[in-house]
Amino acid sequence: MDFFLQAVLLSDSTIRLAVPLVLAALAGLFAERSGVVDIGLEGKMLGAAFAAASAAFVTGSALAGLLAGIAASVMLAMIHGFACITHRGDQVVSGMALNIMVAGLGPTLAEAWFAQGGRTPGIGAEARFRGITLPFAESLRDVPIIGLLYSELISGHNILVYLTAVIVPVVAWIVYKTRFGLRLRAVGENPSAVDTAGISVTAMRYRALLFTGVLCGIAGTYLSTAHGSSFIRDMTAGKGYLALAALIFAKWRPVPALFACLLFAFTDAIQVRLQGVPLPGIGTVPTQAIQALPYIATVLLLAGFVGRAVAPKAIGQPYVKER
Amino acid sequence: MAARGELPAWVNLGLIPLLNLMAAFLVSGLIVLLLGENPIEAVRLLIFGAFGYGEAIGYTLFYATNFIFTGLAVAIAFHCGLFNIGGEGQAYVAGLGVTLVGLYLGFLPFIIVLPIAIAAAAAFGGFWAFIPGWLQARRGSHVVITTIMFNFIAAALMTYMVVNVLIKPGSQIPESGRYAESTLLPKLHEIAAFIGMELSRSPLNLSFLLALAAAVAFWVFVWKTKWGYALRVVGQNESAAVYGGISPAKQIMIAMAISGALASGVALNELLGSQHRLILNFPSGFGFVGIAVALMGRNHPVGIILAALLFGALYQGGSELSFDMPTISRDIVVVIQGLVILFAGALEHMFRPSLEALFAKPERTEATA
Repeated sequence: MDFFLQAVLLSDSTIRLAVPLVLAALAGLFAERSGVVDIGLEGKMLGAAFAAASAAFVTGSALAGLLAGIAASVMLAMIHGFACITHRGDQVVSGMALNIMVAGLGPTLAEAWFAQGGRTPGIGAEARFRGITLPFAESLRDVPIIGLLYSELISGHNILVYLTAVIVPVVAWIVYKTRFGLRLRAVGENPSAVDTAGISVTAMRYRALLFTGVLCGIAGTYLSTAHGSSFIRDMTAGKGYLALAALIFAKWRPVPALFACLLFAFTDAIQVRLQGVPLPGIGTVPTQAIQALPYIATVLLLAGFVGRAVAPKAIGQPYVKER
Repeated sequence: MAARGELPAWVNLGLIPLLNLMAAFLVSGLIVLLLGENPIEAVRLLIFGAFGYGEAIGYTLFYATNFIFTGLAVAIAFHCGLFNIGGEGQAYVAGLGVTLVGLYLGFLPFIIVLPIAIAAAAAFGGFWAFIPGWLQARRGSHVVITTIMFNFIAAALMTYMVVNVLIKPGSQIPESGRYAESTLLPKLHEIAAFIGMELSRSPLNLSFLLALAAAVAFWVFVWKTKWGYALRVVGQNESAAVYGGISPAKQIMIAMAISGALASGVALNELLGSQHRLILNFPSGFGFVGIAVALMGRNHPVGIILAALLFGALYQGGSELSFDMPTISRDIVVVIQGLVILFAGALEHMFRPSLEALFAKPERTEATA
């Protein structure tokens, strides 16, 4: 029973840690499937986290925080588009520039506005996305197995977690079953064919980046106003890059991306518990080794040692109409 | 696009970078204005903080040393058509090589330790860049993604090494023991005092001269040797390289290894030159500044030294500025850095069409006449 409880609690923290990764990975999926490399997921999330925490603190409304977070992230996505699509700039350079700029801008603005050493003031419970207790969660708690699963694992998350659970199938549906999705995939594989069909490559890519911005905005908001309760310097701590790794790991597909993110979140959740605990047959595993695991796995995958990750064909290339 | 390259050289190499830089500074100024401070006063404080007195100049050059190394590292990869974002991790791992020398080779005289320390740093940093290079060349994994991953793997590895292996026995602070005295790089003010000159005290050390030497060696290697030629051909046109009997795979691996070796200079400057022990996360973003420096310096050593000086001044002046203007935190320097990468890198072609209309026209009419 104790083992079961531990397993449920571990799954619970896995879910909480996976949410921003899933959202960011799906955000990256839109950009990269349209042929735009986006290593700026990190920056967009961080910018959204700052905007959401500030807005939620000032207005006292979590929803206002979410809107501000999305607005900030979309704005950054549009700058990325302006540089990479309109001016055909280098996509990696642009993403890097935005990451670095936001890493400085958040603390700079926070220091000037709130004077708390580069972070935003703590947000009260009423202005955050709080856990929702689903119906019957309390009364079912004592039912063996199912009760614990329902009340601990499924109930008690905030609305953004449930939203993410809905977003994954919706994204899969958009990408594979809609006209927009078909065009999105086509524009990342063979933009000139899309152009020949009379569809604007530029408009398609901007639209894809709009989705990217919205999803990263939710992810950032989750970090600062749902999972946490303020903006802290560098609070994304590489989650944007980890999401990118998950996306590659999932070979740019939405549902596998969900599982890759869950796997990466699991390694994150378990390392705290494995600290100093000897594993049978292996001995004590240093936490740093577990931390490095997702990155090592991604490198191995990219190297073709485990499976093969084939990127969208036109990725990273600015589209020039007349060649 | 067809008109590309028709611009006079001074516009291409002088005016366009200057305009891009101006745009970045203009936006930074607007941000300062938004924070309710006077941008012109901020610039005055910044320049005084960076160059106003001897110690400030020492610190500016100390930071610039890091940026020359990381700028050259990014640039050599660019010349081969590669984008090495891993300077951060490469410098970090190089710190391991430096630390092993600093801790265990103290019985040797300085003159023998110095080349060993440089070689150890270069070997560790170079190796950390060679793996992504090898993966790109032989397995086709994109170097941008792998170097990002290697930054994180380096962080995990180094935390492990510092906390579990190299930590000073009996200490709780996550840092190694102090390096042996004979392994430390002399400060420039000490060297100056030795030859009878007087300089202000600062962490500026021998690495600065090593960085300048690396810049000269960079220029000779890239433009005056057949190896540099082969590297540039691969960067310009891979199929032309193959046709000319140059193996792109080999050049990619060489370029990445050299890139990592150049980034390792940060470990010499920071650890052997200033900290005198291994501390956690000592490259603190300097690897990323290298991207801005290389872009601004147009991948040429002269440009890189100038850009590194600018960023050194920003880093030193920025901390002074945040002291005098409490509403402005020193993070503003990171914002400026990001804006420079955006305008000088991603938006480098923004002003080109209008400049082409301005300058390229007379030449074209001449040609048709």
